[in-house]
Amino acid sequence: MLEVRGLTVEYATDSAPVVAVKSVDLDVAAGEFVGVVGESGCGKSTLLFAIARLLSPPAAITAGSIVFKGHNLVTMTEKQLNALRWRDCSVVMQSAMNALNPITSIGAQFRDVADAHMDWSPAEVEERSTEVLQMVGIDPIHLKSYPHQLSGGMRQRAMIAMSLLFTPDLVIMDEPTSALDVVAQRSLMVQIKQLQRRLGFAVVFVTHDMSLVSHFSDQLLVMYAGLIVEAGPTRTVFDTPAHPYSRGLLEAFPSIRGARTPLTGIPGSPPDLARPPGGCRFHPRCPVAMPECAKIEPPLYTVGLAQARCLLHAPERASLSEVPS
Amino acid sequence: MTALLVGTPAEPPVETAGRRHGAGLWGAIRRSRKAQVGLAMLFVFCMFAAAPQLFTSVRHPNDVAFPPRLPPSGAHWLGTTALGQDIWAQLVYGTRESLVIAVVAGAFATVLSVLVGVSAAYLGGIADDGLSMFTNVFLVIPTFPLIIILATYAGNGTLPVVLIVLIVTGWSYGANQLRAQTLSLRNRDFLEAARVRGERRSYVIFAEVLPTMTSLILATFLGAALYSVLTAAGLQFIGLGDPNSISWGTMLYWAQNQQALQTGTPLWSIAPGLCVALLGASFALINYAFDEISNPALRPVRGRRRARG
Amino acid sequence: MTLLETVGLTKHFKIGGNVSRRTLHAVDDVNLSIDRQEIVALVGESGSGKSTIARLLARVYQPTSGEIRYQDRPLSSMRTRRQTLAYRGDVPMVFQDPFASLNPAYRVAHGIMRGLKLHRTDLSRTQRREEAVRVVSSVGLAPGVLDRYPHELSGGQRQRVGFAQALAFRPKLIIADEPVSMLDVSIRIGLLNLMTALREQEGISILYITHDIASARYVSDRLLVMYAGHIVESGPVEDVLARPKHPYTQLLLSAVPDPRAPLSTESADMGEPPRVIDPAPGCRFRWRCPLAVDECAQVTPLLRTLAPGHSAACHVATPEPL
Repeated sequence: MLEVRGLTVEYATDSAPVVAVKSVDLDVAAGEFVGVVGESGCGKSTLLFAIARLLSPPAAITAGSIVFKGHNLVTMTEKQLNALRWRDCSVVMQSAMNALNPITSIGAQFRDVADAHMDWSPAEVEERSTEVLQMVGIDPIHLKSYPHQLSGGMRQRAMIAMSLLFTPDLVIMDEPTSALDVVAQRSLMVQIKQLQRRLGFAVVFVTHDMSLVSHFSDQLLVMYAGLIVEAGPTRTVFDTPAHPYSRGLLEAFPSIRGARTPLTGIPGSPPDLARPPGGCRFHPRCPVAMPECAKIEPPLYTVGLAQARCLLHAPERASLSEVPS
Repeated sequence: MTALLVGTPAEPPVETAGRRHGAGLWGAIRRSRKAQVGLAMLFVFCMFAAAPQLFTSVRHPNDVAFPPRLPPSGAHWLGTTALGQDIWAQLVYGTRESLVIAVVAGAFATVLSVLVGVSAAYLGGIADDGLSMFTNVFLVIPTFPLIIILATYAGNGTLPVVLIVLIVTGWSYGANQLRAQTLSLRNRDFLEAARVRGERRSYVIFAEVLPTMTSLILATFLGAALYSVLTAAGLQFIGLGDPNSISWGTMLYWAQNQQALQTGTPLWSIAPGLCVALLGASFALINYAFDEISNPALRPVRGRRRARG
Repeated sequence: MTLLETVGLTKHFKIGGNVSRRTLHAVDDVNLSIDRQEIVALVGESGSGKSTIARLLARVYQPTSGEIRYQDRPLSSMRTRRQTLAYRGDVPMVFQDPFASLNPAYRVAHGIMRGLKLHRTDLSRTQRREEAVRVVSSVGLAPGVLDRYPHELSGGQRQRVGFAQALAFRPKLIIADEPVSMLDVSIRIGLLNLMTALREQEGISILYITHDIASARYVSDRLLVMYAGHIVESGPVEDVLARPKHPYTQLLLSAVPDPRAPLSTESADMGEPPRVIDPAPGCRFRWRCPLAVDECAQVTPLLRTLAPGHSAACHVATPEPL
């Protein structure tokens, strides 16, 4: 349903443009939950905004295609995009709870959204608003409430309800749970998954917290410095991470169960995208870097069910040694 | 203390791109069109004020030394007034007073704004309520009538009187702005960190809060200077200044008095008016330029946008 | 040996303007203690009161009632500036937001040098500079960092500077208010390891305040769980995690995402924040508690020991058999 090929996003600066997202390929099937994971500065939010065609200058898509239900979003005009927006594809942003207008009621804001995209009668709008609020577990009486009267978790749910007004085929979420506490977070994730199963929409979910999506996503993509460094079925990536960065990331989460072992995290910090390292972008921090890694930028190699952007998996090496674990 | 190299040391500091390309304040000024124009104009006026004798051969512009109402010529670039004074010379010498007013009144008004605004916000509670009320009273008093009353009451409008009047009426707007900005900064962690470190309150206000507000304080100064120039000219124009002084406002007064526009010496009115406007504009441009320099989001986008399908 | 303890610590805030009578019970009747050379984790969600406790201990707020004792002396007895300064030097605080905790107008050295000037009066200016270099190196940063501006450093580096500032005072106890929450996951471990090293090598105690139980487990010796202004469970960290006695602790543990464990049975709890404005007596968790009984609505439970060193404030929790 969504097919992204070779997507590249650049930011114009006083000097050379900064490549925030480089050559990203992404496939989302109908009803699939895709998680995009990475740390700050890796480009995941930029990727999301690019897919939703919400980028503004100085950022711009400079290459690639985004084919959504057969149409290439990159070449569409604003008018054509508006026909798609919210009806086929909606967006839930980070800290969406602050995106609610504090001086109008929830119901009024739902009406605004409905009026902007469809020609429904007020009765229809109210009926649908009630429906979506119930779906996310909010009492419809809150249509008359103001945002400050709801808790953070409830506001976030209200935003998710808003995104489902027209039963879109794709909902893009940018860290919707990051401002919530752990119990609210868990509850919201479960709710999203239930809604997804019930209504059948696909989700592209961006987060920095890998463990959050571990139980919910079908497919997992790991981003680093603007590139996808690993992609595959979630369980595969978690159980057998093929890229040293994914491995490092997984190991950087202390566990509440099992033995208490000292962890090392990943030394150093993500590169400045204005001057990324030559060759593999991860090599300065990689515990298993080889001399070639500084010179060759690896493509995505197939590793079993997944793909990893690491020279360790180049087919020529397969005969040499096992991937160090 | 032994070195605690925990696992691996932290990464070296990030190299900022700015360090390479003629960066910092000077580079930013060079790139900003507004800053260049504003600073250039201000520079010219400063030159007039500092060394007027370089720009005109007349040494005593108020002396009636020439035939009246001459049109512009090689000897008198802007002609002469109805009383027989060289207009250009008056303009050049008059710059000094206007600049002095702008800088002195602007500076003192800013100091007052900072003291009242920042203290009100930082001290909070009753002190804030009191200082805010004080500020608001001065803010809502209609300034021009107040100025006229003060100036008339003080007798003749000598320079110190004009300055005091301008300072007293010009500080309250900036005080409100600075108070608002300080309120927004009040709960920043680094201020709390300073308190937890054991710093005194006065230290926190002056050494921790103020340095983060330098661009706003500069903007307040430029705004106050602009206000002072325009209002001083206005005061002098309606005759509340010292009619014997050499300044643009006084020129406007005499020009109006002698009906310059109707009697064939329009430059007598236009020239000082234009100078007031240009000086004011230079302050405004520098203000905008500083806004843009300190807040990159406001910079005009110059690069080409490449959108490919 | 007890370094810091609180007895009945309470902090209420008046809310709603000058005329309103409503009170927010941020912290109610908290008794906690921190010993030498131990890391105590204070875990709770937003609205639990943990940040208020940090600020009470750092003397940013004054308690509404109750007492804080440092080395057996109540803080209220410290009246002179010198005594207060001595306390601040012994018990500094590290803040949560690396992007707001350093003054952007000054270079990094400024905060450390000011701190040294205030607390290490025995040092000359050159010695202060040397000491600054030493503390900065001891947290794993290159000395060149001292001459940089905060915006030139990464979040992880800035937090290390925060610790360096605290170390400059030669502290006994560092109050760390969510020091890693705003950092990337891969950077967090470095700082958590730094905290453990500080305890091991310098003998410094740390009060680690966080909402993340997993990181709390990683660094701490003892765990305190807070809910709605009360401490609801307290004990050695492994005990509390293996055998949580309070229903809230159990709920928290079940909600922590752990990729290695299967998804636990979903509870209906939606994570609604607790009611701390003019609360009624009784357990404040009772509205969300699956085990609530009548007594919970009438009597506020106090911490009682249910196993060695391990206590919980719950009417329903049962002690462990010996």
